[in-house]
This record gives sequence, structure tokens and C-alpha cells, in this order.
Amino acid sequence: MRVLFRKSYKQDIRLFRDRTQAFWYLLFLCIALAAPLFLDGYFLDELSFVYIYAIAGLGLMILTGFSGQVSFGQAAFVAIGAYAHTILLSRYGVPWILSLPLAALITGLVGLAIGRICGRMHGLYLAIATLSIAIVTERLIGGGGDFTGGHRGLPVPGIDIFGIAIDQSWKTYLLNLALFVGAILMTRNLLRTRSGRALIAIRDSEVSARSLGTNVAFYKAYAFFLSAVFAGLAGGLLAHAFYYITPETFGMGESIRLLLMIVVGGIGTIHGAIFGAFFIVLLPTVLSWVKVLLPGAIATSGGFDSLAFGMILLGFILFEPDGLYGRWVKIHHYFNVFPMYKRRSFQRQKTFLKTERLK
Amino acid sequence: MTGLSFADAIQLLLVGLSQGCLYSLIAIGLVLVYKATEQVNFAQGEFMMLGAFVGYQFIVLWGLPYWLGALLTLVFMGGFGYGVDALVVRRLTGQPVFTVFILTLALGIALRAVAGIVWGFGNYSLPAPVEGNLTLGSVIIGWSSVLAILVTAIVASGLYAFFRYARQGVAMQALSLNQLAAFYMGIPVKRLTSSIWAMSAIFGAIAGLLLGPVTLVSTQMGFVGFKAFAGAIVGGFGSIPGAVLGCLLIGVTEPFFDIMFPTFKGIGAYLIMFVVLLIRPEGLLAQIYAKKV
Repeated sequence: MRVLFRKSYKQDIRLFRDRTQAFWYLLFLCIALAAPLFLDGYFLDELSFVYIYAIAGLGLMILTGFSGQVSFGQAAFVAIGAYAHTILLSRYGVPWILSLPLAALITGLVGLAIGRICGRMHGLYLAIATLSIAIVTERLIGGGGDFTGGHRGLPVPGIDIFGIAIDQSWKTYLLNLALFVGAILMTRNLLRTRSGRALIAIRDSEVSARSLGTNVAFYKAYAFFLSAVFAGLAGGLLAHAFYYITPETFGMGESIRLLLMIVVGGIGTIHGAIFGAFFIVLLPTVLSWVKVLLPGAIATSGGFDSLAFGMILLGFILFEPDGLYGRWVKIHHYFNVFPMYKRRSFQRQKTFLKTERLK
Repeated sequence: MTGLSFADAIQLLLVGLSQGCLYSLIAIGLVLVYKATEQVNFAQGEFMMLGAFVGYQFIVLWGLPYWLGALLTLVFMGGFGYGVDALVVRRLTGQPVFTVFILTLALGIALRAVAGIVWGFGNYSLPAPVEGNLTLGSVIIGWSSVLAILVTAIVASGLYAFFRYARQGVAMQALSLNQLAAFYMGIPVKRLTSSIWAMSAIFGAIAGLLLGPVTLVSTQMGFVGFKAFAGAIVGGFGSIPGAVLGCLLIGVTEPFFDIMFPTFKGIGAYLIMFVVLLIRPEGLLAQIYAKKV
């Protein structure tokens, strides 16, 4: 087992813990960069989806995982980003390189406004309020007439950066990868700064954060802003991946899927968002392989995919609430301390209900 | 509001009232569970859907007489609700609220899929408990809507009396304040919690049996549950009179909103909720007074 000595204050805020960790992450980056050399178009497109969902998931992770505000409405921000990007691009002829950040900024401002309103709510109230934002956004876009294309949807123009058309799988793959890596670095950076620590303090106890001088209302709205920026970015990329966007693509179901994604990945960790994105994008592919082995009656009925999804989630919540990343940490720890592993190291504290209601 | 005569307005009001009563029945199930265990059941809409499908199985597919089929449905759903708590939800006692959110969401997804696999993804019609219409001047209202209003009134007042006077009801209130203390006082916490889930599933099933004839039985009917959520939140989540009040408010205003803004049909409920939350962030009849550290 490695023992980490603390030799300077800088150590706490370094990007990587040590050289080994840096080596592994850079190795992963190199493999990801080289993927177009040995993967065909189908898998590259799937991986692009993973990266895009991971960006949206990182946004949701900032909001739900780090600042503790459960949001059931992330897809609404994804939708706003996608529509803002498409409309700027096709209707106002804004160059792609400007349009994407602008769309992210617009989404961020909407998120800021919503965060300002929702910052006063907690738990269930916040969840339902954000859920209704998802529903209302879908309807507003659907009823938006010619401006948003209504329920017929909008075609999305191709990507064009300084005259270079991004029209092949490997080009979009690399573009998505670049933005994905940027999003990870931004989140990582957020967590080692004052504002990131403020968010985590608010998650752990709002009252103590407030009494230590954290501006709770500001940071809650700030978390909404950042989360919406990430979602808007993901929305712009998703629009290109779909070629055609309709309001139904970003409905309530999608919001819930995004939330479940970060739960399966492991809530409160950057890895969680990425593992969750792999899970949610690759699950249909894996299930289609599994279906071949099953009797026809089960495999052909339409509910099989969602049943499997629901059951896997139930399994995670009941047996591995820390998600895929939590499982990975446990396995890692098992080998780290090899003969000394204790199940108790990860046991969750048991508490009993004491209500906040007074009658 | 042009071209809306007085009689039309009354008509819409009655339709909205019976719709609001159905929302309240779902919301009462939600609030019961929340009151007793502070757990939020996002699958309540799916409980309702399952109730409607089980009723469809007994009444239409097996051809049982209506009231017998309805009774069997309620018994079945009671057992189902008890089982859900005893087998699944109980394991999460004392975990953060968020965990239970996710658990019940997953349960809802799984239940929708199971219902789709067993009964199919189409729309199925369920017979109404009482046929025919009640005509009052130029206003026509179905007897089943009247029944919905009556059932809600009976359930709500019955529950009020139950929590006020019955031994079990008082025990449930104690449970909802402090589980550990209730356990030390000799209250059978586990059995009582599961009974509350059973009650909530039964109310869901009643709502399903009443809503089935109106909207047709389908796997998608559970989404009405979210409107019940909105209603319960408007009233202040955790209070039964509040839930009924909020759901009635939403049910009554909804048809008027849909007529005024046909392009934005279906979002009236959520807008009302937003307005109420802006003015009173804890709902009309607030249940949370101060956050403890």
C-alpha cells in the first residue's frame, strides 16, 4: 500500500495525485486519441455519444453530486443548448466556433435565472420544480411555432470550423474528445478552488456552510449556471450527432435518464459521470447482444430494454449505492491492502428518521 | 376568455373538480408514505397504472363482476404495496432521501416495463363503475365523475378521522416523528410502515380504477402521478388536507388554462405550482418550520 506524505500545501491542489496517476490518465488519453486508427465508424459514433453524455453528466454532477441540489431537469438545459446552437447556426449564420460558446452562455444564463428561483427550495420541492421545468421547456419549444420549428423539429447544419468541414466520424470524434477533455479539466479545476469547496460544503451541510461565511444563495445559483453551461455545450454537440432535433428528444424521460446515469456511475465523483455515460450509451448495444441468447417472446417484447435498465438500477441502489466508481474503488482497495481487506471499511452509517416537520 | 358561456364554465369546473379528485387520491397515497417515513414514492403513478391493469385483468379478461373485480384489485394492490416496502424499500431505512428518489424512479421504470410485457403497450378500455350521466339544466356530468368526487371526500375524511382517533393512526403519527423513539415505545415500526405502503397502493389502485374508464388503461397513464406531485407540493407536501386542496386547485384551473392556451396544453399544472412556490416556498399549508442542524 502506498503511503502519501504531505510535503507542501500545493500537494492538495495538484491536478494529479502523483506520477503514477498522471501516467495512467495520460495513457488513457493517448488510447482515446488513437482510437480512430483501430475502431470503425459505428464505434467511433458510439464513443462520441459517450463523450457528449459525459459532458452533460459532468454538468449534472456539479449540480447534484457536488452542490447537492437534485435536479430532474437537466435535459431542459440540453434542449435549450441544442436549440440555441441550431438556431444561431442556421438562421443567423453565426460561425460554428462562436455559436457553440454563445449557445452554452445562453443556456448558462437561463440556468442562472432558474437557479436564482430554485435556490430557495430543497429536496423534493427542488426535484419536482426542476422536473416541471423539463416538462414546461419541452412544451414551450413544441409550441414555439416557426421559431423553434414546433413539434416538426429543426434540421441541424454540418460543422464547419474556419472552412474545415467536420463531416467524418473520426473528425467529429476528435472534436467531441477535445471538448470532453476540456470539460473534465474544468470540473477538476473547479473542485480544487474556493468555489468548488464552497459547493461541497453546501452539499454536506447548508447550515454550517452558511455559518462559516459561504454565500449559499450565490453558490447555489452558480452551480446551476455551471451545470447549464455544460448542458448547453452537450446540447450543441448532441444536435450535430442527431442531425435533426425535436422537442421530444429532450423530454422528461431524458432528464431522468441523465440523473440515473450519474447515480449508476457513482454520485459525487468525476469518474462517476464518465462511467455512467459509458453505461447508458453502451447498454442498448450490450442488451442487443444479450437478447440473441434469450427466448424470442421476452426478447421481442418492447419492454425488455427498460425492464433491464430498471432492474440494473434497482440492483445498484440496493447493493452498490456508490455506483460503478464505488465498486472500482473497493476493488482497488482490496488489492491495495491485499490480505487485510475489511468489508467494514466501506460500511455506511445507519441512521434513523427524525423528521424536520414539527407536526 | 371569449365564447365561454356560464354553463360551459360550470361544466369545465365540474370536470376539473372530478379530475382534481383523482389527482388527490394519488397525492394522498404519496403524502401518507411521506408523512410516515419521509420517503417519497415516485412510483405512485405506476402503482395507479398497475391497479388499473390488474382491474382490467380481473374485470375484462376474466369477466368477473365489476365490484368483485374491484375488491380483488384492491386486495392485490394492498399486498403488492406491503411487499414493495417489506422486500425493497425497507432496506434503505435511514439512507439519504435522494437514494429513495432513485430507487422509486427505477421501480417505476421497471413496473412500466413489466406492465407492458404482461398486458401490452396499447390502450385498453375499462368499464366505468356506474354508467350514465347526471343532467342538471344544461350541465352534464358523468356519474363516474360524481363517484370520483364522493370517493375522494370519503377517503380524505376517513383518513382524517383515522389519524385523529384510531390507535393505529396515532401510532403512525408517532412513527413519522421519530422512528427510534416510536420503536422504544413498542410500536411495531416495520409492520406499520409496510401497512402504510399497502394503504398508499390501495388508494393508487382506487384512482386507477376511476381514471381507467376516462383516459383508457395504458402504460403511460402513470405520468399523471407527476401532476399529483405538483398538487401535493402546492398544498405543502406532507399534509393531507393540503394535498387535497392543491390537487383540487390544479384540477380546476387546468381545463381553463388548456382552453385559453391550446398550444401549451398540459403545462398549466406546473405553472401554477411555480407561482405558488414563488410566493410560498413551502406550499400553502407549510409543513417544514425550521431546518435543524
